[in-house]
Amino acid sequence: MGNPLDTRTGTVILGLIITVIMVFVVAAIGGGA
Amino acid sequence: MEFGTEFWMFFVRWLHVLSGVMWIGILWYFNFVQTPTVPTIPEELRPAIPKHIMPVALLWFRWAALSTLVFGLILAWQNGYIGDALAIGLTNGNDQHAMIGIGMWFGIIMAFNVWFIIWPNQQKVIGLVEASDAEKPKAARAAGLASRVNTMLSIPMLYAMVSAQNIY
Repeated sequence: MGNPLDTRTGTVILGLIITVIMVFVVAAIGGGA
Repeated sequence: MEFGTEFWMFFVRWLHVLSGVMWIGILWYFNFVQTPTVPTIPEELRPAIPKHIMPVALLWFRWAALSTLVFGLILAWQNGYIGDALAIGLTNGNDQHAMIGIGMWFGIIMAFNVWFIIWPNQQKVIGLVEASDAEKPKAARAAGLASRVNTMLSIPMLYAMVSAQNIY
């Protein structure tokens, strides 16, 4: 499997995955408030 | 309307967004338009990109990156949360500060990539800095990957910036 950053689709999908993880991290920091 | 603190906070935010649109606009042009299109351009026309387009695009690109960062830091300071945001809200458990802080760190990493990875390597690729034929493909790969990392980070970065402003 190649580097996902070599394609536009792979790059966008990775960006979206990081976005979802970030939302959960922030919820944990803020106690979900 | 009064030209008080509120106006100047808005004014800096406007400059921050204006610079940011210039920066990310050119970043997305590189990644969504130029890089994927180069292989389809006839060989004899390709030199136009490094000779004519890239020097100008990279000029606006790197200075827009720096001014976005500077205006963003001023804005965070004006709002009084620069410390808590850079600590991603761990100092006070505030999720708005956590969200804007993560966005700020993504932006800082991206601006670092522009100035210290993309720009030095692109200078070799487009011939502004002397580089051997063996060095050029390596420089192009390093610049290209950093540019793709920035495109990837621009997605959560913008989510962080806009959501911190609107839903937290």
